[in-house]
Amino acid sequence: MIWEALTLGLGYNATLVTLGAAILGIAAGVGGSFLFLRKRALVSDAISHATLPGVGLAFVVMVALGGDGRNLVGLLAGGAVSAAIGLLCVNWLTTRTRLAEDAAIGAVLSVFFGFGVVVLTYIQTMSSGRQAGLEGFLLGSTAGMLQSDALVLALAAALTLALVLILRRPLTLVAFDPDFARATGRDVNRIDLAMMGIVMAVTVVGLKIVGLILIVALLIIPPVTARFWTERVDRVLLGAGIVGGLSGYIGAAISAAVPDVPTGPIIVLVGAALFLISMMCAPGRGVLSSVLQHRQYQRRVHLRQGLLALAQGQPIYERLTRRLMEQRGLIRGDGVATEEGRAHAARALLDEARWHVVRNDQAYAAAAQRYDGLTEMQKVLTPDQIRDIDARLPAPQVMMP
Amino acid sequence: MSGSEFVPLSLVPMLIGVCVAVACALPGNFLLLRRQALIGDAISHVVLPGIVVAFLLTGIVASLPMLLGAAGAALVAVAAIEAIRRLGKIEPGAAMGVVFTTMFAGGVLLLEMSDTSAVHLDVEHALYGNLESLIWLDATGWSSLWDPQALAYLPVELPRMAGALGLVALFIAVFWRPLKISTFDEGFARTMGMQTGPLGLALVVVAAIAAVAAFDAVGSIIVIAMFICPPAAARLMTNRLETQVAWSVVFATVAAVAGYVLAGYGPLWLGAADSVSAAGMIATVSGVLVAGAALMGPARR
Repeated sequence: MIWEALTLGLGYNATLVTLGAAILGIAAGVGGSFLFLRKRALVSDAISHATLPGVGLAFVVMVALGGDGRNLVGLLAGGAVSAAIGLLCVNWLTTRTRLAEDAAIGAVLSVFFGFGVVVLTYIQTMSSGRQAGLEGFLLGSTAGMLQSDALVLALAAALTLALVLILRRPLTLVAFDPDFARATGRDVNRIDLAMMGIVMAVTVVGLKIVGLILIVALLIIPPVTARFWTERVDRVLLGAGIVGGLSGYIGAAISAAVPDVPTGPIIVLVGAALFLISMMCAPGRGVLSSVLQHRQYQRRVHLRQGLLALAQGQPIYERLTRRLMEQRGLIRGDGVATEEGRAHAARALLDEARWHVVRNDQAYAAAAQRYDGLTEMQKVLTPDQIRDIDARLPAPQVMMP
Repeated sequence: MSGSEFVPLSLVPMLIGVCVAVACALPGNFLLLRRQALIGDAISHVVLPGIVVAFLLTGIVASLPMLLGAAGAALVAVAAIEAIRRLGKIEPGAAMGVVFTTMFAGGVLLLEMSDTSAVHLDVEHALYGNLESLIWLDATGWSSLWDPQALAYLPVELPRMAGALGLVALFIAVFWRPLKISTFDEGFARTMGMQTGPLGLALVVVAAIAAVAAFDAVGSIIVIAMFICPPAAARLMTNRLETQVAWSVVFATVAAVAGYVLAGYGPLWLGAADSVSAAGMIATVSGVLVAGAALMGPARR
C-alpha cells in the first residue's frame, strides 16, 4: 500500500496531493532558506498564525454575500490578507517601538490566533457554519479535498517555487550582506518584502495540506537540515529543496496509504527524521564527525606529549598515552623506547626546539601564530626558512648520565 | 446581574482567567527582557505531546499524570533546544522552531492514531481550552462563598491555578534581586558570584509550570498571549522593572476580565445568540492593550 502510494498508484486525487505536497515542500525549503540565513526563521510562525482570522472572516464574508463559503481560493485569499497585516504589525512593532522582534512575533501570533479562534467560534454558531470544516486549516486535511482544490494547490506551489528560483540571487545577497546590497544600489527593504511575500505564499498554499501550525516546520526544518551538509548557499538551497520535497512526498504518500494518519504531522515528522539523521551523520558539522575529530585531536596531543617525554627521558604514566605509543611500536610494554620510538622522539624534540626559536623571533610572528604544540614545522615554513632557524639552534649538548 | 447568576456561572471562570493571566505575565516580564519571549510559545506547543503520552501510558484522563507529562515534555523541549543549538551550532530561533513543531506534530500524530475518541482529548481543546465550562453549579449566590458544602464542589482548576500563581509569585519575590541583576547584566551578575545558568533554567521551569497548570484549564492560546502581551505592553509604559511588573499585572487582569465579559456578553449586545471563545477574546483584548501601549505608551520608543 505504501509502495503504491510512493509510486503514485492510488488514484488521481492522491497523486495530485502527493505531488502538490512535494512541490510545496521544495518551495517551502528553498523559501525558508533565505529566512533562516537572514536569522528571522520564527517570523514565519507569526505569519502562519496570522492567517487564521483572515480565513474565518473570508468565510463569513462569502456566506454574507450569499456564496457557499467554502471556496478554497477565497479562503486562502482571506488568509493571505490577514497574514500580510500580521507581518506589517511585526515590522511596525519592531521598527517603531522598543520591542524586540521576538516579542513582536509572539504578540502578533498569539493575538491574531486568538482573534481567529473568536471568529471560528462565531462561525460555529452560524446556521450554515457547522459544516464549514475550517478546523482543517489548523492541522491540514487532505482527506475530503476536491479535485479542483488539489489542482489549485499544486499550481500555486509550482508558481511559488518559480518565483523563489527567479529571485534567488538578490535574496542571497541580502541574506548575507545587506550593507553591501544597499551600497550596490539594491532596495533592501523591497527584497526583504519579496522574501516575506514568498514565505506568505508558501504558508497560504500549505494551509490546506499541512495546516497553519505545522507549516512553520516546513519552512525551518529543511534549511537547518541542509546547513549541516554544506557551507555554500547554493547547496543549502538545493539541499533544503531536496529535504523539503522528500518530506512532502513521503509524508503525503504515507498519509494517503495508511488510514488515520494526518497529512501535516507525518510530513513534519519525515522532515524531522531527515534533520536528526543529518545532525548525527553529516560530515564536518555533524555530531558523530565532531566526536571523531575530537578523538583524533586527543590522540595527536597524547602522542606528541608522549614523544616529548621519551626524548627528555621522563617516564610515561598516562594510560591512553602508553596504549597509543605501544600500538604504534614506539615503546615496549615496560615503557622503554624502541629504536623507532627514539627516532620519532628526537624529531619531536627538534621540532619543539625549532618552534621555540620561531616564537621568540618577531620576523616569524605570522608563523608563530600557528603554533599549537602539534603542527610540524615543515607544514608551516619552507625548507629555506627551516635551515635558517636550524642555524640559530643552540649547539647540541652532550648529555652526561 | 444578580449574584445568583453571576457567582455560579461567571465568577469562577473569571477568577481562573485572572490567575492564569497573572501567573503567565509575571515570568513573562523577565523572559521578554531576556529576549526569550518565544520560549512561552515553544512550551505551550510541546505541552500537547506531553499530555498525550501521559494519557497513553496511564490510560486515564487524570490531572496529575497529565501535569507531569506536560512538565516532562517542556523540560525535554528545553533540553532539546539547547542540545541542537550547541551540537549543531544553530541559531536559537531556528533550533526552537525545529523542536516545538516536531514535538507538536508527534503529539498530533499520536493523538489521531490512538483511540482517544472515548475521552475528552482533542487538538482544538488543547489549543483553546474551555474556560466557559468551568462553572460552579453548587453555588446559589454570593453567600455560597462562605458555605463549606458548596465550596467543596468548587472546580478543582481554581485552587490549582491559584496555587500555581502563588508558586510563581513566590519564586519571583524570593529571587527578585538575582533575577533583576542577571536579566540586565549577566556578566556583572556572574562576577558577583551568582549562578546565572541555573537561575535562567529555573525561570524557564517556573514559566513551564505556569503554562502547564494554565493549559489544563484554558488551552495554550491564552498562555502564549499572556506570556508576551501584558509584559510587552507594560514595557512600553515605563523604564523601571518594578513599575513594568506592576503594569503587566494590571494589563493581564484587565485582559482576563474584559475578555471574559466581552466573549460572554458581547455577542448578546450585538444581537447574536451565542457567546464566542473566551480564551480567544482574552488574547484579542491583550492585543488591543499592546496596540494601545504601542501607540500611546509614554516609553514606547
